[in-house]
This record gives sequence, C-alpha cells and structure tokens, in this order.
Amino acid sequence: MKEVIRASGIGKKFGETQALKDIFFEVNEGEIFGFIGPDGAGKTTLFRIITTLLNPDEGEMTVLGLNTAGDFRELRKCIGYMPGRFSLYQDLSVEENLNFYATVFGTTVRENYALISDIYSHIEPFRKRLAGKLSGGMKQKLALSCALIHKPKLLVLDEPTTGVDAVSRAEFWEMLKKLRQHDITIVVSTPYMDEAMRCDRVALIQKGQLMLADRPQKIREGFGRKLFAVRAPQKYRLLEALRKYPLTETAYPFGDSVHVTIRNNIFDASLNEHLVRSGIENASITESEAGIEDRFLELMKNRI
Amino acid sequence: MKRFLGFVKKEFLHIFRDFRTLIILFGIPTAQILIFGFVVSTDIKDAGVAFLDLSNDDVTQKISDKICSSGFFRREEDLHSYNDIDLVMKKGKARAVIVFGENFGRSLTGQGKASMIIITDGSEPNTATLITNYATAIVTDFNREYTGSGLSGAVLLQPEVRMFYNPGLKGHYMFVPGVITLIMILICALMTSITITREKEFGTMEVLLVSPLKPMQIILGKVTPYFLLSFINVIMILLLSYFVFDLPVKGSLALLLAESMLYILMSLSLGILISTVSRTMQQAIFISFLGLMLPTILLSGFIFPIENMPKVYDVVASIMPPRYFIVIIKNIMIKGTGFGFVWKETLILTLMTVLFIGLSVRNFKVRLE
Repeated sequence: MKEVIRASGIGKKFGETQALKDIFFEVNEGEIFGFIGPDGAGKTTLFRIITTLLNPDEGEMTVLGLNTAGDFRELRKCIGYMPGRFSLYQDLSVEENLNFYATVFGTTVRENYALISDIYSHIEPFRKRLAGKLSGGMKQKLALSCALIHKPKLLVLDEPTTGVDAVSRAEFWEMLKKLRQHDITIVVSTPYMDEAMRCDRVALIQKGQLMLADRPQKIREGFGRKLFAVRAPQKYRLLEALRKYPLTETAYPFGDSVHVTIRNNIFDASLNEHLVRSGIENASITESEAGIEDRFLELMKNRI
Repeated sequence: MKRFLGFVKKEFLHIFRDFRTLIILFGIPTAQILIFGFVVSTDIKDAGVAFLDLSNDDVTQKISDKICSSGFFRREEDLHSYNDIDLVMKKGKARAVIVFGENFGRSLTGQGKASMIIITDGSEPNTATLITNYATAIVTDFNREYTGSGLSGAVLLQPEVRMFYNPGLKGHYMFVPGVITLIMILICALMTSITITREKEFGTMEVLLVSPLKPMQIILGKVTPYFLLSFINVIMILLLSYFVFDLPVKGSLALLLAESMLYILMSLSLGILISTVSRTMQQAIFISFLGLMLPTILLSGFIFPIENMPKVYDVVASIMPPRYFIVIIKNIMIKGTGFGFVWKETLILTLMTVLFIGLSVRNFKVRLE
C-alpha cells in the first residue's frame, strides 16, 4: 500500500507552549484516518502542518511524497482542506462559493461534478442562497464540496462534525465512506469518540503527543482490564458511591451507565453490599466490552 | 489569468453585496466635498455688521453703504451709544461693529483724516481677521475714490493686491484638491487593508493559502476592483467640484487623471502593506486612520504650509505621500501647469508605489505564522 502522509518526529512550539512533540505516524492511500483528542490536544496544529500552513520546528512531514516545508507550492495543488471554523464567504451564495474555489484551483464545477454530486445535490436547491444563511449541516456540506471541487488526492478535515446535528453527522460519515471509491485519502479529526469507530485507523492525541495509532477494534482490544458497566436510576449518587468503594480503580460516567475497573479484576459481592449501604439498590452490574473512550481514558491516566 | 479574474469577480461581489463598503466608497467622498466646500468656507458672505455712527453725515453714509453693498456684509443694526456695542456682539447678531468718530466728514475734508474703528469678535480669530481685511479693503477703496475725486490734495499710495490663480481667494480652490488627496489615500488604504484582514479574521485566508494562488495574484486581485472604483470616485469628485463649485481643471485633464491613477495605486499598495502587518480588521482600521488621516491633514500642506513648520516636521512631512500629490494636483488643477513642473513629485510617488508593492509581496505570509 502506498503511503500518503509520513510524519517523522514532528515537534512544534508556540512561544513556551509545546503544541506538538515527537509525532510519528503514516497514513496509507485510500484510508480514512482519524485523530481523536480533546480540545487543545494539538489536532489543528498538526493539520496545519500537513496542509503546509505551518512549518514544524522539528522533524519532517512528507505528504504525497513532497516535503510540506519545501514543496508547498506543488502540494497546494493537490490538497483539499476544510478548516475547523466555517471559512467560506458568507456574503457569497452557495453557487458563487463553489465556482470561486473551482476557478482558484483551475477547474470548473462541471468537470468534477460527478465527485461532489452526492454531497452537493443536498444543497443544490439552495444554490442562490447566501452561505451565511445556511444551517450548520448545509454549511458543512458546502464546505466539503468546495474542498473537493478540484479532486484532491488528500482531503484534510478539521473537526468537520463539530456543531452539527446527529443526523447530519451520520450522513457526513456516509459521504466520506463513498469518497473512498474515488481514491481520495481522508484525514479527519473529531472530539467525538463514537465517530472513531467509523475510521479505518485512529490516532489518539493528547497534550501534543500521539499516544496510539491503530485500527479502532485493535484499540478497544488493547484495554487490558475487565470492565464493568454499572447501571442504577440515580446515576450521580451511583458514581459517587462507586468512587468511594475502596477497590475501585477507575469509574467514569458513560452514557446511561458507569464504567468501572476494579483492582485485580475481581468482582465479588462486597461491591453490591457497598452500594446497598450507600442507598443504591437494584444496581445492575455486567461485564462490558471496552470502547475507544475507555481506552483513551486509561491511556490518559497512565500518562499522568 | 482565469484564477486572477475569478478572484477579481469575487471581490466585486463582496463590494456590491456590502452596503457599508459602498457608502464608504462613494458616500463619504461626496459628503466630504460638500461639507468642506460649503461649511468649512473661509469666505465671508453676508456677515452681520452693526454701525455706530456718531457724526451721521453723508460721508459716513457713503462708506457704510459701500460696505453693505459689497455683498460681504449685511447691515444688522444701527447703534446709538458705545454701551450697545458689547450687547450686540454678545448677542452674536453682529460679527463686527464699525464706529465712525464725531465730525467724520468735516475732519476728513478739513484735516485729511478721520477716525474710524472696526471692532470684531476676537473669539473667532479667523473670521475676525477676514472681516478686518475685507472691511479695510473696502474702506481703502473708498479712500481712493474719495481722494481721486480731487477733494483733497493728499494722494495716498495704495498697494494693489491681486491673487493669481485664485483671484477671489475662494476656499474651494484649496479644499477640493485637499479633499481628493485626503479621501483617496484614506479610502484606498482603509478598504484594501480591511478586505485582506477580513479574510484573515474570518478564516478564509487559511483556505486561500492552501490553494495554488500566488501572493501576487491575491494582492492584485484585491487591488484591481478598488482601483477601478476609486478611479470612478476621482472622476465623480471632479465633476462635483466643477458643477457645484465652478472649479475648472485648468491644466490637462488627461494628465490629472493619470496622476490620480498613480496616487490611487500608491494608496492601495500602502493599504496592502498595512494589511500584511496587521492581524485584525481593528488593527488595520486603527493604523489607516491614525497613521494616515492626521499626518495627511497636518503634514501634507493641505491646511498648514510646510514651509512654516520646524525642520523636524518638514522631514517627517517629506515621507508623507499626500504631500507630493497635493503639489501635483494643485499645479494641474489651479495653476494649469504641465508635466514639466510636477515630474519630480510624480517620480517620488512612483518610487513609493514600487517600494510599497515590493514590501507587501515580501511581507505577505504564505503560511499562517
């Protein structure tokens, strides 16, 4: 498989703040590669280095076989970039925005219409509307169309689903899946753990450091402990009670349950007794499969 | 080239979609010209005058009639005692009071001199000086007629003052070129610096940078629409000054337009330069207004002659581009001189333009840092 991105020891400082440190990873052709991490982890900085907007202080970033620092002119012809903020012209209409980006990249909308038709057809009825007046989901589709209009080999999407409703998010990921048919490699970042499962490979990033990069399934399997999901009606009291239990190692709220790990992985009746003593009855305790988030929290804890 | 045209088209769309941009671009120059031309007038017209005539003979009558028929003054009130002077001035009805001494006519014919006082409102020094000058001129004129009629042997030698190029000493002759100079640099620099920093602030610059557009294409794409619109602006101001203030262009119109183009280009490139050093629109507005407006008004020779300034200011003024354009435009519009008289200033402006564009392209960041 061909390599589209290779990061070797990327480091970046802003004044005293170390935004990125010692980043190594590769992205293969045709992959959807996701970066997961909390706000301020360094995802945007990393994406700006990939898209030639920033130069790394240390290490080397190679994209499509070209160095991002030296060959940026050549590279800028074949990257599609969708920044985190909606950055199209709000005072231009949908159509005008798309036409503008097509001309700037030396192509026409007609030439690559096939590529974007799936996405653009959703917003085409509103093509005369000003971009600033679109809803969040439509803005996102327009931005994606604009980033795709020149048929880039690499598509870089910085938190494309942030601030977008759940239905549009799901639709958006379906569209990304379809883009793979056109041999477009996609790098995407998101703060939502559930979206990680939709990527081919995922990298966990935290405080400027890459903690892990692997297939989502592998990342989940890497969770080295037994995990118990505890459910009870009063979730907050349950969480407090679980954290007071002397054998608890970690307890994090997770959807409608609390995910708990217990020292030595031994789960016995004393936990139930403890809960009853704390006033929580009828708690259901089941062994559960670890999700990406569990693994992420585990890794974060080990770092600190 | 297609990319560049696409960019220019986009800029035009921005301008025509934004009501405020259009107001700044066309409304402000029109308003400025009209305000400066009508309100900030340095001419006197119909200024109220009160007379305190203590002799009330036919000579004083003639003089006061002559003063009031000049068109500069209007008879406001006839006073009867010195005590009224203070009152009428305080009321603000009269800007000046003219007092004729007792036995005015008799002493003028008998002794060849008579006493007359012009009292003006010193709280407005400019108007006061103007009124004194105008009134004195009228009286001197009367004096000449009077002595010329042979009533007295004393022939006074009067200097005759004539103003070349602007015989009526009209204020618009000074203000129209001044306003063109001021407005063009302000608007051009302001608009271009804002449109570029706006792209930075809205994050669209990020996308433009990750495109194959070259810095020169972005810069020229921004400059071209404003260049065309500003040029229309100049023509509009010239038409306005011709039809509203009867101010003709004495020299070659083609030369004036060519020089205006150069000046617009210089101002636009200055705006680009400002945008390369400012991160936000606010910064750009701040630099454009404070860094350009005050120095242009004070140091360009627009209002205050540079020759009268201390040496230090003279040096500072010599790096202000408007200073040179004001010389050019006054020469062409009012004196009617040709290129031969303004080539030096033209050369300086050309060099400044080249310098600004060069610095802008060099300063233009191809990355986000």
